[in-house]
Amino acid sequence: MDAIFIIEQLLNGLGYGFMLFLLAAGLTLVFGIMDTMNLAHGSLFMAGAYIAARVHESSGSFVGAVLIAILATVLIAAVIEILIIRRLYSRDHLAQVLATFGIILLADDAVKAIWGPSPIMAPTPPALAGPVQLLDALPYPSYRLLMIAAGLLVAIGLYLLVNHTRVGMLVRAGASNRAMAEFMGVRVGRVFSFVFALGAALAALAGALMGPISAVQIGMGEAILIPALVVIVIGGIGSVRGAFVAALIVGLVDTAGRAFLPPLLRAVLPPSLAADLGPAMAGIAMYVLMAVILTLKPAGLFPARA
Amino acid sequence: MNASASLPASAPAARRGGGFGAVLPWLLLALLAAFPLIAPHFELEYYVGFVRRLLIVMIAATSLNFILGYGGMVALGHAGFLGVGAYTVVALVDAGFSSAWLAWGAALVVTAAFATLIGAVSLRTRGVYFIMITLAFAQMLYYLGVSLRTYGGDDGYGIYTPLSLGGWLDAQPNAFYWAVLAIAALIFALGSRLAVSRFGLALMGIRDNETRMAALGFPVFRLRLVAFAGAGAVAGLAGALLASHNGFVSPSMMHWTESAILIVMVVIGGMGNRWGGVIGVGLWLTLEEVLKMYTEYWHWPLGLLLIAIVFFAPRGLAALFGSKGERA
Amino acid sequence: MFKLKNAALALALCGALGAQAADPIKVGIALDISGPFAAAGAEARDGFDLAIDKLGGKLGGQPAEFLKTDFAGNPEQATQLVTRYLQRDKITFFTGPIASNSALAVAPALFAAKVPFISSNPGPSQFAGKQCNPYFFGQYQNDTYDEAAGKLANEKGYKNMVIIAPNYPAGKDHLNGFKRLYKGGLKDEIYTKVGQIDYAAEIAQIRAAKPDAVFFFLPGAMGINFVKQFVGGGLKDVPLIAPGFSADQDVIQAVGEPMLGLYNTAHWTHDLPLPANAEFVSAFRKKYDGRYPTVYAAMAYDAILAMDAAVRDAGGKTDSPEALVKALSTPTFKSVRGEFTYARNHYPVQDYYLRVVEKDADGKLTNKLVGKVLEKHQDAYVAECAM
Repeated sequence: MDAIFIIEQLLNGLGYGFMLFLLAAGLTLVFGIMDTMNLAHGSLFMAGAYIAARVHESSGSFVGAVLIAILATVLIAAVIEILIIRRLYSRDHLAQVLATFGIILLADDAVKAIWGPSPIMAPTPPALAGPVQLLDALPYPSYRLLMIAAGLLVAIGLYLLVNHTRVGMLVRAGASNRAMAEFMGVRVGRVFSFVFALGAALAALAGALMGPISAVQIGMGEAILIPALVVIVIGGIGSVRGAFVAALIVGLVDTAGRAFLPPLLRAVLPPSLAADLGPAMAGIAMYVLMAVILTLKPAGLFPARA
Repeated sequence: MNASASLPASAPAARRGGGFGAVLPWLLLALLAAFPLIAPHFELEYYVGFVRRLLIVMIAATSLNFILGYGGMVALGHAGFLGVGAYTVVALVDAGFSSAWLAWGAALVVTAAFATLIGAVSLRTRGVYFIMITLAFAQMLYYLGVSLRTYGGDDGYGIYTPLSLGGWLDAQPNAFYWAVLAIAALIFALGSRLAVSRFGLALMGIRDNETRMAALGFPVFRLRLVAFAGAGAVAGLAGALLASHNGFVSPSMMHWTESAILIVMVVIGGMGNRWGGVIGVGLWLTLEEVLKMYTEYWHWPLGLLLIAIVFFAPRGLAALFGSKGERA
Repeated sequence: MFKLKNAALALALCGALGAQAADPIKVGIALDISGPFAAAGAEARDGFDLAIDKLGGKLGGQPAEFLKTDFAGNPEQATQLVTRYLQRDKITFFTGPIASNSALAVAPALFAAKVPFISSNPGPSQFAGKQCNPYFFGQYQNDTYDEAAGKLANEKGYKNMVIIAPNYPAGKDHLNGFKRLYKGGLKDEIYTKVGQIDYAAEIAQIRAAKPDAVFFFLPGAMGINFVKQFVGGGLKDVPLIAPGFSADQDVIQAVGEPMLGLYNTAHWTHDLPLPANAEFVSAFRKKYDGRYPTVYAAMAYDAILAMDAAVRDAGGKTDSPEALVKALSTPTFKSVRGEFTYARNHYPVQDYYLRVVEKDADGKLTNKLVGKVLEKHQDAYVAECAM
């Protein structure tokens, strides 16, 4: 195990962290600002991935596919918001979990009816299909660099939007005291609709970008929803900064667990025990991390609300 | 929003044990007890097993309803406890034990221990954090089950010879059904009793205003932990019964969606209503069974039902029937 | 949806016809049409439907009723469904689940009721060895694909390989199957998390190990993720070998170009030059928009044909499980895989082929038959079977 290998694995951890952040950003935004738990975020992620994959395959333009996927997903999200989510803002988390779980069931059957039960192809843009040489002995998949760049842009963009724009101010006002903001003339309903659409756009972006390196299939949203939830909980719900830091930590811990734990255990334990224990421990590393952090800080690393 | 306020007469009546509300459970019990004897005459043998499964899941749902409805603890890891109970049975069967009572008792004890440990950590958190930390523990148990080579891992573990209930009971084809029914009735009665006991009332007090209860001198953390561990233990018992019912245990019973569906069933039925678990399980599993017979697109009607419940019957179906409104 | 309605109509029609002509033979089919194995399950459903069409909804000339119900890939739901099939519908044959865990879960009830379980896919080692049972009929034993891959690795002259599988017992079984015939050395044996999405860490390990080739057993979405990221990670020049189900048409169409040149082993391929197979493949492509069938579809088709032949060979004695089992154990139907015989554990003794992913005449990615890897091969567990 040389230095290059360790650096490469750390980079991999960061790459996975950025992937998680792309999904977690939208989730934590909706969650933190509107205090609405939206399990159907995974379904929007799936919609983004499917639409981008189909458009990319038929048009050949990756950028166009991502943009259309975002636009279409935002439209779908708007319909969902008007019909269902809007009525959930004032309800408790349990009602939100339940209704959005219902949306997941609807979405999975809808996708199956439209695109069939088999996973579909999401081609990688040819320019990004191979690796680039970061160092002499260190090739790195160029597509992953794109994802890291996208994650960074989203992080910066959200920071600026929430903290330094008029819209962001309205959003914060609506979030901290809805009644007061309404009294002051802020149309909180419209602000919330905007935030939900933004969350959907981020989910679609994540889905469109994840498509080329993962299976585009029914249930893909649920599979990644859990790690994304872990991220926003560790980070402190509602804190974009927290989600960012937590995503990187989770990415690093998960990758390090898989990369370094098995060889480490093999060095200190009998081989058969190490072979059984290593992967099992790596598998639950993320959850252990969350349990430990919540034990020490019950509201996550960066609690957004006191 | 407050049904018990709008139905002042019915709630105390039921609590006192008079009227139709008191007769109904006994009537239902008698009907269910007689079912396996009547079923063969109408070629309904299959439904004996189906009802048995409903009863077992109702035990699990009732235990979840206790902490969810009365305790306000949204635990998204209840299926993990079912798994612990089921794997306790597997461990005993694998070691050569065959007594059902021993296996079920052991499942109760082992799961109580697990639930106490998990609860001691989880109950430090609140709200969504509590939802997520219980989920995390259940996921750990799931991955543990998947990689447990001794007990089949992902392939699961088959219990090929049914557990023995002991003596003449083993010759009775319906003995297991009645055992499940008796346990379910017992758990239901216990849950209903506890809900109106000092313990249950304190728990509801904590749900509604934790600070005040602490100020009044109630040991908030301990009360919640006892409720959580107790509910976990009962879920473990349900898991053990489910293992005997299926003759098969696999980690998929601990997957997080199973935990989510348990919550779904409780909420559909009615949180904090003693009939909540019973009605929710009955409706959800029956719908699932029937829908799957007619179409492969059987998820979306369930999804629609869920959304409809959230909007039109936020307190669950039990509340629609004007049954006890305990959520005061 | 229309297809579905037609199927339901056909089913109802079968039911109506059956009601006139005494009791129809009932076949219980547990479908994996939603859940983790939905893609393979849909393929199997299409294979079943094609065979049922071909036979005009009859088995051995007798009216039959095919009950199809989804169980979402969940073993507990599968046991519930099989109980219904047995107790309420009183089925004569059972088939359908994709995964081994569901097959293992439902089998005891079927064995106790003496209902033949003609697997359309899973071939768990348990039923090939110690727990073998006359009422189970496999299409192939799970490990035989890996054994063929091991033999192939020898033929290719690979000396240093990395092998990778998910961390559950089936994953370990598959890697053990590979090691059974593979004679070269192992650089590393990697076990990954079940349902893993990101494989960067493992790919870096593989790159560091510099193997001659990589053998992977990663079913479903895991395999799709792995291959996409493997090629993106710059390991295009390291050959990949997989058991057939990790490189079947459903996976190929989901991954696309990165699959090109991937070697895989199976006991059937759509371009096997046999009349029965040609008939199946052309009928399948005609019915399902030119799509190539997968092993799941082919074996589902075979399973129904096996039932048809068994009813005929048993002289229509469908009320005698023994007669049916006797007829099933000497297959007389024209299998799409060619001739095969059953060993005493009711797992086939058959040939295994090498396939490689290439482009067909229309530029479509698909498997191409390269040659035979193992001849009249038998699984490794038959010695443990006391039957």
